[in-house]
Amino acid sequence: MGTEQAAAFQPGAAYEKHPRVAIRHEEFGGLAYHYDHRRLVFLKSAALVDVVESLAEFPTAAAALAARVPAQQAHACSAALPRLLAADVIRVRSADD
Amino acid sequence: MATALTDRLSRGLQAPICLTWELTYGCNLACVHCLSSSGRRDPAELSTGEARRVIDELHDLQVFYVNIGGGEPMIRPDFFDLIGYATQRGVGVKFSTNGTMLTPAAARRLAAMDYVDVQVSVDGADADTSDAIRGPGSYAAARRAMDNLAEAGFGSFKISVVVTRHNIAQLDELEALARSYRAQLRLTRLRPSGRGADTWAELHPTQEQQRALYAWLAARPGVLTGDSFFHLSALGEPLPGLNLCGAGRVVCLIDPLGAVYACPFVLHEQFRAGSVRDAGGFTAVWRESALFTELRSPASAGACASCGSYDACRGGCMASKFFTGLPLDGPDPECVYGHGETALRTQPPPHPGPGHSKAGAASGGRREPVFVTLGRRG
Repeated sequence: MGTEQAAAFQPGAAYEKHPRVAIRHEEFGGLAYHYDHRRLVFLKSAALVDVVESLAEFPTAAAALAARVPAQQAHACSAALPRLLAADVIRVRSADD
Repeated sequence: MATALTDRLSRGLQAPICLTWELTYGCNLACVHCLSSSGRRDPAELSTGEARRVIDELHDLQVFYVNIGGGEPMIRPDFFDLIGYATQRGVGVKFSTNGTMLTPAAARRLAAMDYVDVQVSVDGADADTSDAIRGPGSYAAARRAMDNLAEAGFGSFKISVVVTRHNIAQLDELEALARSYRAQLRLTRLRPSGRGADTWAELHPTQEQQRALYAWLAARPGVLTGDSFFHLSALGEPLPGLNLCGAGRVVCLIDPLGAVYACPFVLHEQFRAGSVRDAGGFTAVWRESALFTELRSPASAGACASCGSYDACRGGCMASKFFTGLPLDGPDPECVYGHGETALRTQPPPHPGPGHSKAGAASGGRREPVFVTLGRRG
């Protein structure tokens, strides 16, 4: 794992998919592979894949969730994001992006 | 891992999660348990051009990494060309080697490459134990390879051990060996595959040893297993991993001739799905072959249906059942509750045949002295 900042996930912060992560779409969602950590992470729904891939376009994670995820999946997707941050699949987007 | 996800994984993926690719049947050792019965190169092995086209397909399929093995993959003159091409195309490489050709120069070359992982094979924590399986001088050569990797600043590599009745008492020492190199220990399961068909009965761990192994692994999530021991998950908390047979579903094998098999442990016509040389290449075999389609359809628990542990072990390893003559919809021969021992064999076990073994390489025969390349050549 090894992000220097062990900061907790904040729905009001700006995030992006980690640039060293590739996502392969699958019927159940997707497989995220981090080329530096050599770790595979399961993204368990297509909605979650969509959120991860579109995070960079939104000012906050909460905005991405609101825009991209159907209401009935919102909780599952938002609950997955802290795990994805810890696994470096997503990372904090720096202010000047 | 949620059962629902596991079920969906069993139904099929766009591409393998990871794939084993044996680059050659040639090998300068003659390990008694070799899953691919390697020894002699085959004149029909994929050419460099054909291998590069396979890599192109893996890139297009978004296969994230490939486990390269053999035989001894470093024997191929185009070995560095191919692993370099793979990583250049975004396919990470982990290759398995006996270390005999991992000279200081080769180690430096590997250290300079990105996305290449090295796995050195030994089968014991000392020469006596390991050489009994892998041949005289093989342990020393593997240790020299590890020293060369360390010297070259390669970083963390893997040490891979097939667990047998005779090395299972050395797990702590093997862990210490890995720690001494800041390497990762990987333990895998012996299957009665390849030359293993002739040695499995005397080498596979006893039930009591397996129970101890489960406890040892459960306490050490950092030890890799390639999901080898999921049949032991019936003993308690599941071990880390997918805990299911991935053959044809999550993994498969490409052999040195381009044949695609369900997994590296079933090099047998019954589990051959097609060839990368067929029209449609590897992609068509993975996505459309009759064998893989069948493997991905829901399987019944069969004789295991009445056992409360089926969800944990999923009936164990298909290859182990196949080569011990057990029905595939029934218990694993090493079922932790002993159901495999009492299960009726429906037929004599299919024998894998000599494969590419060199004369005299099968166990029981007199083994010829092995010429092992050591030292500072190159």
